[in-house]
Amino acid sequence: MRDDAFDRLRRMTRARVALGRSGDGLPTKAKLEFQMAHALARDAVWGKVNFESIAAALAPREVIHVASAAADRAIYLRRPDLGRRLAEGEAAKLPPGPFDLVFVIADGLSADAVEGHAANVVIATEARLAGLTIAPVVLASQARVALGDDVGATMGARLVAVLIGERPGLSAADSLGAYLSFNPAPGLRDSARNCISNIHGHGLTPERAADKLAWLVREALRIGVTGIGLKEAAPDGAIETTQPTTQITHHKPTGARAHE
Amino acid sequence: MTGGFRSRHRGETHVFDDLKTLLACASPRRSGDELAGVAADSAARRVAARMALADVPLQRFLDEPLIPYEDDEVTRLILDSHDAAAFAAVASLTVGELRESLMSWEADADRLAALAPGLTPEMVAAVSKLCGNGDLIAIAAKCRVVTGFRSTIGLPGRLSSRLQPNDPTDDPMAIAAGTLDGLLFGMGDAVIGINPATDNVEACIRLLTMLDELRLKFEVPTQSCVLSHVTTSIQAIEQGAPLDLVFQSIAGTEAANAGFGVTLALLGEAQEAALSLKRGTVGSNVMYFETGQGAALSAEAHHGLDQQTVEARAYAVARAFSPLLVNTVVGFIGPEYLYDAKEIIRAGLEDHFCAKLLGVPMGCDVCYTNHAEADQDDMDDLALLLAAANVNFLIAVPGADDIMLNYQSLSHHDVMRLRHLLGRRPAPEFEAWLARMGLLDESGRVPPLPGSAPAVTRLIGQGARA
Repeated sequence: MRDDAFDRLRRMTRARVALGRSGDGLPTKAKLEFQMAHALARDAVWGKVNFESIAAALAPREVIHVASAAADRAIYLRRPDLGRRLAEGEAAKLPPGPFDLVFVIADGLSADAVEGHAANVVIATEARLAGLTIAPVVLASQARVALGDDVGATMGARLVAVLIGERPGLSAADSLGAYLSFNPAPGLRDSARNCISNIHGHGLTPERAADKLAWLVREALRIGVTGIGLKEAAPDGAIETTQPTTQITHHKPTGARAHE
Repeated sequence: MTGGFRSRHRGETHVFDDLKTLLACASPRRSGDELAGVAADSAARRVAARMALADVPLQRFLDEPLIPYEDDEVTRLILDSHDAAAFAAVASLTVGELRESLMSWEADADRLAALAPGLTPEMVAAVSKLCGNGDLIAIAAKCRVVTGFRSTIGLPGRLSSRLQPNDPTDDPMAIAAGTLDGLLFGMGDAVIGINPATDNVEACIRLLTMLDELRLKFEVPTQSCVLSHVTTSIQAIEQGAPLDLVFQSIAGTEAANAGFGVTLALLGEAQEAALSLKRGTVGSNVMYFETGQGAALSAEAHHGLDQQTVEARAYAVARAFSPLLVNTVVGFIGPEYLYDAKEIIRAGLEDHFCAKLLGVPMGCDVCYTNHAEADQDDMDDLALLLAAANVNFLIAVPGADDIMLNYQSLSHHDVMRLRHLLGRRPAPEFEAWLARMGLLDESGRVPPLPGSAPAVTRLIGQGARA
């Protein structure tokens, strides 16, 4: 079935076109390739982040491990509200500031993304932020984006940057997102955050992501705001202008929290 | 009218404070209802709620709105448009008796169609909670809701499809490639519909124009749609774009619709604008709606209702605008609302059942995200069950992998297999076109064609230049 007309379609798009047919079914190779893509995405969702190796990569920086109120992955997936809060007693592990910025590395929905890119983003961003008071790095398991609000408020940090594994797709199971919030406190709205998404091998490199994140940090500290207010003030190209989290709301009747 | 419902079983009495508590507790276990804190806390309480619900007279749903009339325009729509004459046939029944009446052999397509304006979303949601999956399929299969624009959708023995060739950059070439790929499988008789990556008027018009040129070049008897916000579509119409259908995501409360940036008045305005273009040939149904369980909860606009009941209320919104197509995007929203395949499959059957009983032309995006406990085998199952239930249309994307929205739906292969397996045909106008194009064989099936086949070289050769 591989010939010119179908090859032409394949060249026009990254979608799975011109897969061929056996009767009404997919050819075996295409069927198994799809299953492998899904398996990688599933493993990323259910995989446990190796926070020890991340701590080693971050050394000599101090790290602090915390857990959300979601006791395991199954509860985490059902109850996003629990993933947004620290488990009882965890707040006591966090030293009080004042800090300009705290990085929270959260497992989110992709262990691969966190293990592959999070430490690199922290190191590269920190290198661009000389002069700021940066807190020990918080490593959070079963965590949603808003857990950073709890952490940031407890530590008295002016800014929290949450690096979190995004909901994996079939074409990228290791996509990392970075969410920046000024004056973090529980109950902060998603519209008060800036998001840099698609940090992965075929997307933004950790270096490019660090450029954007460091720019946002300095700008947020200067004008005292993140989210919609900061976005409007940003020069062209400084921030990703399209965020799937908000786009999806327009097309499919979903909430706006797809990537948490 | 005294508050509270009771159910006794083996000496234990379960008490339910009000109608919405009773409905929520009667729902099958569902992660979204647990997240909202409205689910029954035991399996026995769940069934006890169904026992109490079975004895509730249908009239009570008219007397006791779940969301106050004064607070919510969807409630006002439901009550103000209720057809008492149609309701008379079942006015004396309880929810349990309604279920039996719907199951009876006397309840055929004509009777169910006549009853539809007399039913409210709360009534159909209630009866669905007393139905097993098999009941949901058997009853829905008897309902017939036929609509038309350039093709006729919902006729007996037909299964239509939406072709969804999305692209993360809205690249017209990539979208054209996905479209041609689908046409070669006989997809697209319900609509060729694109979820745009960026929702702005220029992008919308660019895609509408490309799709319309493709349609005209091959004289395809179908309609296209760019699934932008309703206000974007209205502006595109004002700028003279070739727009067939107006799309909008809708939900079951005024507050949730506000979260989508729409009101009933705005939807009416959009419908008028699309009708003014008079682009339909076999019908004038110009609206396309998507819904999905969890939308109201995620917008914190569910008023304490369970997610299935509030979802059914969205179909009353749809019904008011005579849509060509409505589909539930059943597994899209994620495991915090529908945790696994069992919940997704059940929800898909409930949504289709409730919509069809209300007279809404329901289709389904049989789909899941990668953090849900589901896979393509589960989608095979749900698609087969919905086809048996005579769903109006199913959504298909190239290779089942939507590279823009990052979720999985059905592939073109899947929908074609259902047609061949169950003897379902595309919309008649579209089927005739497939024959003219040389894409149908003598038995009416779409065969695998080599790349050198005239139909393939013609579509791909000329289509890629469009």
